[in-house]
This record gives sequence, C-alpha cells and structure tokens, in this order.
Amino acid sequence: MANLNISINKLKFKNPVLAASGTFGYGIEYSDFIDLSQIGGFFVKGTTVNQMEGNNYPRIIETSSGMLNSVGLQNKGVDHFINNIYPKIKNIRTNIMVNISGSTIKEYIICAEKINELEKIPAIELNISCPNMKYGGIDFGSNCYSASKVVNAVRKVYHKLLIVKLSPNVTDITKIAKAVEEKGADAISLINTLIGMAINIEDKKPILSTVTGGLSGPCIKPIALRMVWQTYKAVKIPIIGLGGISNFKDAIEFILAGATAIQVGTYNFIDPTISLKIINGINEYLDKKNLKSVKELVGKLIF
Amino acid sequence: MKKYISDWRIKENIVLGDKYFLLKLCLEKSLPKILPGQFVQVKMQDSENTFLRRPISVHYVINNELWLLIKIVGKGTYKLSKIQPNEYLNLIYPLGNGFSVPSDFSKNKKIFLIGGGIGIAPLLYLGYYLKNLNFDPIFLLGLKTENDLLQLSEFRRHGTVYITTENGMLGEKGFVTDHSLLFTVNVNFIYACGPIPMMISVAKYAKKYNIQCEVSLENRMACGFGVCLCCIEKTKQGNICICKKGPVININKLKWQI
Repeated sequence: MANLNISINKLKFKNPVLAASGTFGYGIEYSDFIDLSQIGGFFVKGTTVNQMEGNNYPRIIETSSGMLNSVGLQNKGVDHFINNIYPKIKNIRTNIMVNISGSTIKEYIICAEKINELEKIPAIELNISCPNMKYGGIDFGSNCYSASKVVNAVRKVYHKLLIVKLSPNVTDITKIAKAVEEKGADAISLINTLIGMAINIEDKKPILSTVTGGLSGPCIKPIALRMVWQTYKAVKIPIIGLGGISNFKDAIEFILAGATAIQVGTYNFIDPTISLKIINGINEYLDKKNLKSVKELVGKLIF
Repeated sequence: MKKYISDWRIKENIVLGDKYFLLKLCLEKSLPKILPGQFVQVKMQDSENTFLRRPISVHYVINNELWLLIKIVGKGTYKLSKIQPNEYLNLIYPLGNGFSVPSDFSKNKKIFLIGGGIGIAPLLYLGYYLKNLNFDPIFLLGLKTENDLLQLSEFRRHGTVYITTENGMLGEKGFVTDHSLLFTVNVNFIYACGPIPMMISVAKYAKKYNIQCEVSLENRMACGFGVCLCCIEKTKQGNICICKKGPVININKLKWQI
C-alpha cells in the first residue's frame, strides 16, 4: 500500500481523488453507491447568492465520448445551502468544498463570506468559468483583468483554502493562471467545460435551449491534460486536474502532467463508484512502480 | 428508496419484430422492492459513441427477473438489441418514483392504463401490481400499426385490453384518446405513458372530466439520480428533476397547456 495522502497548503486529503462540482450533487446522492469517507473530497454543486432556476429544457445532449450541458447553475442559493444542506453533510468524513459562482464581484464576495463561516467547509472553489450563465461566470475567467479582480476581492474576505476553477475557453490559460496566482489563489482547478454546440438537422434548430453548452467527458481529456501540463510549467501553486477522467490511467496521466490532485466529473454519471476504482488503481500502479507516495509522481513526465 | 448498482445477467433477449426486443435480466440474489413506474439506468458497453447510460422503464418484475421492453430508436438501443444471453449489463436501479396506487378507491372503480407506442412498457408491471390489489385494470393501448402490438398475452393476464391503431388494422381506428370506451365508461383514474402529444391529449381528457391522472415522462437525462440537473420539467413548484421527482407525475403539478 503506497501513501496516497496529499496536501494543498495546510489542507490534508486522504487521497488525490476528488469529485467535481455539478456532477456530485451534495455528496449524499452518492451515499447508496460509495462510502463517501473513502474519497479525498468533493465539490458541491455551484452555489450562488440568490436562488437560480437555471436554463430551459433541453439541457443535455450526448456527444461522442461525452456530453454537452447547459444547466445554468440551478441551485437554491447560499442561504439554503447553509441552512438546509450543510447540516446534513457536515459530518461526512472527507473534505467538503463549495463551488461558488456569481454574476457580479459583489455576489462572489457575499457567497465567500458566508461559506467562510462554515466550520466544516475547509475550501471554496471559485468558479470563474461557467459557460452557461448569461452574466458573469466565464466572463470573469476569460481575461486576466477580470479574473484578477474577482480573485483579489474574494481573497480579502475568504481566509481558508481558495481554489480557482479556470476556463479552457481562452487563448492562453497560463496567463489567467498566473494572474490568479498573483492575486492570492492557493490552488487552481482546470479545466471547466469547453463551449460546444449541437444541431438537429431535421428542424434545423440547436438542440440545447441555450444554443451552446459545456462539453465534458472523455472527449475533452487530451485538451485538459495539455492545459494542466502548460499551467504546471507556468505557476508554483498546486493544480487540481480535471476534464474527462474516467479511469485510473487518466488520473495518473494528469498527475504526471503536474496535477497534485484530480477531479472526476462527468464519469460519475456513468459509474457512480468510479472514484473508488480510481483510488484502487492509483494504489496498485504506485505499488507496481515501487513508489511510496503519490506525491513522487506529480509532474514527473519524462520528455 | 435505496439505489443499487450491479451487473445483471441476460437470461433472454427476445426479438419482437424489427423494432422491438424484450430483455429478461436476472440477479443471482433476490431483488429489492421495485415499484411500477420506476426505471433503471443501463450502462452501455464499449461506449465511445453511446456514452451515457440509457434510462429504460421497468416492464415487469418476477422473482429475481427484471424485464425491459425496448424500442430501437438509435445507436444505444440498437447496440442493446444485440446483447446475447449470459452477457451482463450494469444497471443502476430502482430509480425515480412510481405510479401512486389509489388507496381511497372502492374495488369496482374503473382504472385506465393508457399507453402510446413503446409507452405501453411500464404499464404491464403496473397492471400486475393493481391486479394484486384486487383492482381490475383496463389497458388501452394506442399503436401506429398492428406491428406495434407487443406482449398482448401478458397484458391480458393482468387486465382487460383495448386497442387503437392509426391505420385501423387492429382495434378501433384512430388515436388512443379517441377510443369509444373513454366516452361510454365512467373512468375514475388514468395512468398514461407515451409520446408527449398523446399524454397531453390524455391529460386534456382527464382534466375535462375531472379524473385523477398520472403521466410518466422521459426527459433527456445524464445521471438518473438527481445530480446532473438536466432532465428538468417546469412545474407549479418550480423545476423538478424527472429522474428523481418523476418520472411519474400528477398532471395537476405540470404546467402543460391543458
């Protein structure tokens, strides 16, 4: 048994396998399938200051090796999370992190301040990359100026681990990564979904109600991996890699490319037990390679 | 209800014409309680082009067997139609709520189970369930042609069967909502499953005559257990996930123009 423990700043994780926001509900939805205390942690569904109804149906279409979605951050708002959901999940013995989003900097700040008060939430993931919001979301993550501004503002009010989730829908992700690092982000998650679309050729209409949506699943893995590798070379803060991870080999690839931890997203829908399989797979791989700790693998791409 | 994930062995794959097939799957252990109207999420093998699980309604449950009655509508269902006995399929089950069972009903009330096309699938198990509760279900099956008639002997075991076909080759000619029985019998409760326009017209009928009516929806989904938030339906209580708060829903809760 190799050592799978990792830490990001002072926060310890029992292993580097985390579940991605928007694919894992509030964790409890998975408790029939897995023992949640065995995973490194999970990011709860994107949370905003006010309740959001999300986008109209249809919100999803399957693609080759993936799917497009346009959920649009449907959630009942941060106060509902604090009062109704947090009490039910706070004693799950893993790192529970909240993904927060907003359409103005002020909304991000209010959300972060409120989550900062929750004892059992050791980190937030600042979502500056949601492609399915009319205002805000990806706008903040698509240029260095606005990304810096929102991270700077949240950093002032949030005193625990601040992770920033980056968008791949940019010319150079390393520039955004460096900008948020400079403003005090403790770690970065990448990548969020890629903007895509699908058309029904019979009625000549877009399939998603919002025309475009976020592409996820194994089809985006090569892009995500490349961006993790590029960003690893550009920043000093830890990277949490995600994008199409569906088995332990994918996870190892991300770690070799420079990810300290990884997130499993869309594949949770296909196999709700996949995170445990990935943990086992990483363990066996490390044993086979005679490595004592997963940390020895981070960024160890040979080229 | 607790959800499970496990590999089911294919006991039989029965071809029913060129568009339909019936899968009989079994577990080597006893099954948990599965309610009529619930569904399962079927994992696709070798899934590059059929990435997501396929939500399929429960057609019938007997002993440790689960039956799925499936129409070939695309790549995924075509792939499933080729599965051989003794192969395995991974299912997440049971998902969603079920049809509600009328509790305040005297046993001689008329309960209609109205199906359109492959929407007849979940009605068999519902009929079995109701029959066990001493109700006398009436199946009203709306088909395009006589080739869409499936499992007739099974339906007959659990209730009385009436049929409409659009081409008039079997039963009454026309849509299921045109069937003469609906205008001659005092209907007390309707369960419906089928294409949206058909369910809307059933819902209109039910509303007009003030009949309790539940429909089963099949909105596009990814997960099947309430986390992807894709299969939403607008209701009077806001957006609900059909996979979790449905697929069965009372028409009074819907925002359909009826």
